[in-house]
Amino acid sequence: MSDRLAVRKTYKLYIGGAFVRSESGRYDEVVGFNFPRASRKDVRDAVAAARKAAGPWAARTAYNRGQILYRAAEALESRADTIGVPREEVQDAVDVLLHYAGWTDKLPAVLGGVNPVAAPFLSFSLPEPTGVVGILAPDAPALLGLVAEVAPVLAAGNVAVAILSEAAPLPGLDLAEVLGVSDVPGGVVNLLSGRRGELARALGAHRDLNAVVDAGGDADLSAELDRLAAETIKRVRHGAAVTSYDAATADALERLEAVTELKTAWHPVGA
Amino acid sequence: MTIETRTSIVWDYGRAPESTDHIRLKDRYGLFIDGEFSEPADGTYVPTTNPATEEPIAEVAYGGPDDVAAAVEAARAAAPKWAALKDLERAKYLFRIARLIQEHARELAVVETMDGGKPLRESRDVDIPLAAAHFFHYAGWADKLRYGVNAREVSPLGVVGQIVPWNFPLLMAAWKLAPALACGNVAILKPAETTPLTALLLAEICQEAELPPGVVAILTGNGDTGAALVREKDINKIAFTGSTAVGRDIQAALAGRAVGLTLELGGKSANIVFEDAALDQAVEGIVNGIFFNQGHVCCAGSRLLIQESVRDEVIAKLWQRMGRLRVGDPLDKNTDVGAINSAEQLSRIEALVAAGESEGAVRQTIECELPERGYWFAPTLFTDVSPAHRIAVEEIFGPVVSVLTFRTQAEAIEKANNSRYGLAAGIWTDKGAKAFEVASALQAGVVWQNTYNHFDPTAAFGGYKESGFGREGGPAGLRPYLQVVR
Repeated sequence: MSDRLAVRKTYKLYIGGAFVRSESGRYDEVVGFNFPRASRKDVRDAVAAARKAAGPWAARTAYNRGQILYRAAEALESRADTIGVPREEVQDAVDVLLHYAGWTDKLPAVLGGVNPVAAPFLSFSLPEPTGVVGILAPDAPALLGLVAEVAPVLAAGNVAVAILSEAAPLPGLDLAEVLGVSDVPGGVVNLLSGRRGELARALGAHRDLNAVVDAGGDADLSAELDRLAAETIKRVRHGAAVTSYDAATADALERLEAVTELKTAWHPVGA
Repeated sequence: MTIETRTSIVWDYGRAPESTDHIRLKDRYGLFIDGEFSEPADGTYVPTTNPATEEPIAEVAYGGPDDVAAAVEAARAAAPKWAALKDLERAKYLFRIARLIQEHARELAVVETMDGGKPLRESRDVDIPLAAAHFFHYAGWADKLRYGVNAREVSPLGVVGQIVPWNFPLLMAAWKLAPALACGNVAILKPAETTPLTALLLAEICQEAELPPGVVAILTGNGDTGAALVREKDINKIAFTGSTAVGRDIQAALAGRAVGLTLELGGKSANIVFEDAALDQAVEGIVNGIFFNQGHVCCAGSRLLIQESVRDEVIAKLWQRMGRLRVGDPLDKNTDVGAINSAEQLSRIEALVAAGESEGAVRQTIECELPERGYWFAPTLFTDVSPAHRIAVEEIFGPVVSVLTFRTQAEAIEKANNSRYGLAAGIWTDKGAKAFEVASALQAGVVWQNTYNHFDPTAAFGGYKESGFGREGGPAGLRPYLQVVR
């Protein structure tokens, strides 16, 4: 028995690639740890950071984005023991990241194509990211449920602002440290802990958010998010908490489609 | 004869009106429910008028809440049989409809022009042929659905409600109905209040095609009819094309309900002219982009972005070209710009144009003789427009173009994307690499290089941002009408 005093971790929000306290200074407590209770201002800061990161992330090559997601899977695998969830859940989360890492350079071939228009044009339709996506992670499983929503959002070229499990926010905050040491650029994933209802309403009402992915499992909150989303015609996808690798990948294309825009370009052929 | 008198002769076009004696319109149309035309529950009929003459054309039933409920009930009853029909048989009905639209093309074009005010040249050469093409395209999908959805197992949604606008009445009905039916759904279509007639002729075509009763309902009425349809409990999907304001209401009304939704909404699309463009060709494209269908086009190129180095030249050429536009009788085969669709729309255009003037933009409107009756607005050009002016931000939905300028490609992209809308954009340049780069950077669902307002049933159409979500056309147009089984 060593009498060395452990160095305890101060949990922080993850915004724009930085680990920060809530600007409000508020904290909540879970299993003996304090964690930040993010504010509406933190939501706004996170959306601003995400918007800044959105263009450069989308502009990277699909190959590069795939490699970065793969790198995140590697980082998560190597830290499996540091995240307070069952090892199987971490492994499932790693596999989910791997699955979606492989999607980045397949999606255009699957969702896009050349349109055989009846005129002398090369017309093609290709998927593009919708932009900044707000995510409501489920209460449980805290890590897999979060990764299953974040991975397709990123694979499709979007950036994310995620509200973590309210009941168990620490695994999500631990994931921030995994992302921080992987090559995911700052601002591409932003993670906020706190009261889901408060944060989700602020996120859903934000005018610079393009889409909402809601796995929060609260029917009343879902309906309110729908109403808030209508204000700026946000895309909304509701889904159940993901509890297995299969559940995260069986409907992969639907998850990707929900945060994808199809752009049709017409270029002249001949004159 | 002196040279002066000889050269002063005006070589104008003679009148070339399309005849209307061949069209077979009834005096009065009921609601098309369960395969038959029926009286509206409360007996209300309202006239639909020709916006070019203000004369009534026919009386059309006004669908109230009871009628909406009846249509949904009939549709629900018809849904299982239609969904269970062998795929190729479903396809055959759609092929029949496509062919019948072609057979009735002339009549449909004339009625479209009378009811909506668009030039006959456009209804004849664009609206009606494209409507037939959409049915033809989606007919062929009916027995190949799994190939259109990446080999997933899919099933129809059931009863879909579809609300279409007045700018392309039959074409929008085709965009909505063809994929819905091909996917095995049954549909209730609500045409626009001011342009119900071609949808009613389409109902007759459905009868002629022996489409099973209840598979298509045509429910005429006004905004309240559409609102009632959206709020029907037993409906599985709503597809709406129209204004962003109404789209927002619909999205909010469906909050918390498991009802599919696609929205094709407004736009303020940028048409970008680079200095290396073929300028004469670009001017034709600018004119087509904003004056096609009187500018009543959701993807109209209403924000003209011109590179500063060619600004004066492009505006001079554009103004000269605008002076040659023939505004007037939509039934005249030489007419370029027809009637504004309704008095209400005319006042909206006038209000925004007045705002443009009061905010300090410079207005130029072509001088032309406008008919005494009807609703008209002469093609108008605004220069010295600032990005904050209402005429640079808000959708005018009329023959009014706002000119802004830019210096660099980066500035062009930034200005083009500086909009809450994201429906379409045009790029005029002869440099291929540049066109691809700019097209990729624009936040718009459709980008046209060296063309504008080109549509095709095989090519997805739909918006980014507040221009809506979901796509129509091509395989992407199937997805909103199907649910993935696994």
